[in-house]
Amino acid sequence: MNYVPHTEQDQQAMLKSVGKNSIEELYHDIPADLKLKRDLQVSGGLSEIELRRLLKGLADKNQHLDECGSFLGAGAYDHYIPAFIDQLLLRSEFYTAYTPYQPEISQGTLQNIYEYQTMICELTGMDVSNASMYDGASALAEAAVMACEQTRRKEFVISDAVHPEYRETVQTYTESQNLTGKPVAFKDGVTDLEQVKALVNDKTAAVIVQYPNFFGNIEDLKGLAEIAHAQKALLVVAVADPVSLGILESPGALGADIVVGEGQSFGNPVSFGGPHIGFFAAREKYVRRMPGRIVGATVDSNGQRAFVLTLQAREQHIRREKATSNICSNQALNALAVNMALSAIGKQGLQEMARQCLQKAHYAFNRLTALPGVEAAFPGKPFFKEFVIKLPQDPERVNEALFKEKIIPGLPLKRFYPELGNALLVCVTELRTKAEIDLLAERLGGLK
Amino acid sequence: MPEKLIFEKSVPGRRAVVFPELDVPALDLDSLIPKELQRKEPAKLPEVSENEVVRHFTRLSQMNFGVDTGFYPLGSCTMKYNPKINEETSRLPGFARLHPYQPEDTVQGALQLMYETTVDLSEIAGMDFGTLQPAAGAHGELTGMMIIRAYHQSRGDVKRTKVIVPDSAHGTNPATAALCGFKIVEIKSMPNGEVDVEALRKAVDDETAGLMLTNPNTVGVFDPNIQEIARIVHDAGGLLYYDGANMNAIMGYARPGDMGFDVIHFNLHKTFSTPHGGGGPGACYVGVKDFLVPFLPKPVVQFDEDQNRYYLDYDRPQSIGRVKAFYGNFGVVVKTYTYLRAMGGEGLKRASGNAVLNANYLLSLLKDHYHVAFDRTCMHEFIITPKNLKDTGVRTLDIAKRLLDYGYHPPTIYFPLIVDEAMMIEPTETETKETLDSFAEAMINIAKEARENPELVTGAPRKTIVGRLDEVRAARQPNLRYTE
Ligand SMILES: Cc1ncc(COP(=O)(O)O)c(C=O)c1O
Repeated sequence: MNYVPHTEQDQQAMLKSVGKNSIEELYHDIPADLKLKRDLQVSGGLSEIELRRLLKGLADKNQHLDECGSFLGAGAYDHYIPAFIDQLLLRSEFYTAYTPYQPEISQGTLQNIYEYQTMICELTGMDVSNASMYDGASALAEAAVMACEQTRRKEFVISDAVHPEYRETVQTYTESQNLTGKPVAFKDGVTDLEQVKALVNDKTAAVIVQYPNFFGNIEDLKGLAEIAHAQKALLVVAVADPVSLGILESPGALGADIVVGEGQSFGNPVSFGGPHIGFFAAREKYVRRMPGRIVGATVDSNGQRAFVLTLQAREQHIRREKATSNICSNQALNALAVNMALSAIGKQGLQEMARQCLQKAHYAFNRLTALPGVEAAFPGKPFFKEFVIKLPQDPERVNEALFKEKIIPGLPLKRFYPELGNALLVCVTELRTKAEIDLLAERLGGLK
Repeated sequence: MPEKLIFEKSVPGRRAVVFPELDVPALDLDSLIPKELQRKEPAKLPEVSENEVVRHFTRLSQMNFGVDTGFYPLGSCTMKYNPKINEETSRLPGFARLHPYQPEDTVQGALQLMYETTVDLSEIAGMDFGTLQPAAGAHGELTGMMIIRAYHQSRGDVKRTKVIVPDSAHGTNPATAALCGFKIVEIKSMPNGEVDVEALRKAVDDETAGLMLTNPNTVGVFDPNIQEIARIVHDAGGLLYYDGANMNAIMGYARPGDMGFDVIHFNLHKTFSTPHGGGGPGACYVGVKDFLVPFLPKPVVQFDEDQNRYYLDYDRPQSIGRVKAFYGNFGVVVKTYTYLRAMGGEGLKRASGNAVLNANYLLSLLKDHYHVAFDRTCMHEFIITPKNLKDTGVRTLDIAKRLLDYGYHPPTIYFPLIVDEAMMIEPTETETKETLDSFAEAMINIAKEARENPELVTGAPRKTIVGRLDEVRAARQPNLRYTE
């Protein structure tokens, strides 16, 4: 393909106007010994016909979620995406725009973000939200940094029941600023409050947990908030599965100070882990320390309501090294998908979606734990749509065996939690049917 | 007409989405979730029909301006045409419907695509290997600067706490270095836009961790002293970080790796044609020289030749760790890969050459009508200012707003900070000569209007859906969400 429109005559006319004889001459600032004297070894030059063939060939080497019954979750969730969403995301006025620096011709993007911010506040029970972060993990990392800045303390306490890849990201971000995360163990599948109490003191900036946690269990946010607040530390809550907020009490109502998470569940495909969309919300008093873009409503020269990027004195292009974060481009189009999905799913729809996840997950839990040798890892703990079971066999083997039958039973936890042995994290969304769950139980039960 | 908020269209009981009947026996909610953990008040999401949702977002799209709407010469952002085939390929279910935790054997095509993209971008960069984990340019900077930090620490060289950043740098550079715990040493640029080599020489010492540089720099100039700059930093024991936001100027002509850079990022949503999405998702490649490969974020995509199999390598004890969950903005990487295969090495070089030609051509049309900040051959972008129109009272902001009336997206304005009233113009290679001619005509007209009828310019825009916004009010009385 060639996306350069110029003819030979165009080029000649333009070079003439510039006063040069060739394009090569335009590069005279590059020292001769730095010029690349060979062709780039990048294969290509394909037509669209060939590109389609090539990419289809690569895609066909993968097995995707429509070709199997997947019970994988762990931060990337296969939920229903209404048909209209992708058609509207392909409106190129949306997807070929840049960050809305010129509000007069960017009201579409800006109003979308304002609506999205409102929805995130509604879901999380927070006062303010930003325009988006790269993903849930980096949002949590920035929340940890922000809590330390806000409290001027250099330590935080983070639960082992937070998504392991979120914890790793937090570690990467905070380590370079000499901030220390103290891990708290979990007990019976939830954060051990006694240990939290023992670890939190007047040096603690934040207590960080996930809700529902990585195992799908529901943390005692109220209890955690009390412990944190008693030492003037913040409660930072990560929500990797915000569908749960259709049923669960909002973190804000339970005392959270900063709520971050992953919005992929709403309108965004799993897409091998990205692009997803981090959300970032907080109590109003922290707004001037928040990272990222924020959109506000104001009026235009005719006095009518309009939207604009605001509170930019926090940001890198104004504050440079004193900025609250370095984030610039974020995940605006994914936020648009979230807005579209939540608009269509709506107030009742979200409750229904959450109810179906909850009920199907419990049906699956009851079927699976009734199998001989299969046990609940954390019996009696309330969970939302994910749960952990212990298998009599190595779950990697089980996955291999069942994959031949087009079933992915879940995520073996050994790679993250060797101490949990043959544990498998199972996720059930509203898209899984009773028949698929029954088949999973049947095949799992049939394994030797 | 402004569009109502979706919340303002809400009517209790109205619905768009319906779910199938629950096909498993329903258990009593209270037996599953203790009452005190149940939500007391449902989130106030809109209650609207599907038709209304679709009209709402269609209407919002009409209040936007994208590359497909018209010319978008936003400097430093490389708003080139976004090929539509990229949108198609990235949506193939074999890519879009892959779960990140699927067994590796079931995602060989995806891993191959990531591997080949990494190898190709490394070839373009002149680096040895890289990662696609960061989600955008600034995220790549963070990754790269953490790699530099980890490198010094691995050698016990812990006093290297300073990072040198020219005053022409993009704001993300100093913000990133600070986020990595570095102190920033700013050095002034020379009047011709180049790094002040003497100032650099004075700035480096045994506490220098590295230098962050954009080349071509943010004023559109290729710094001819780059080898000297690299030598000064390396001799002092520091490393060189390359902000690749401006790579669109030099693909196939020169490679940052050959210039002496040790770490580099590319914004895939600039040079490599993936759309910007109104503020993301972008994607990013970070490339490094061999000696820094051990520090790359994990996992790293590898190819096992013996087994002819791609895999994710987590066993990397010196890695800086992760910068996000999973493996990067994979869906965007598919678009990059499609573009690479569409262009090939030759096509990429042609793209850069014509991007530079377009910029110089447009500059030649405008230079008699505006003040040119750096009067020399430019790379893919250049800066002009209305200094020559000062007595008219017309400022850069006014010109930008007037351009809206002419149907153009304005250039980047007031950046870089070192040029007063900067207008940074980057036409990209995908624009025709006619488009550039018409844009130049509009700009020249505006200069004329400024002299003859300045109110026409200072009162702009008039044709947009909203007028100029009260930004002071937005910041003083923040209204950041809808409430009933
Ligand atoms: C020179 C330069 N550096 C860094 C960035 C940041 O890139 P991103 O928005 O992808 O994070 C930009 C983007 O505006 C840029 O122009």
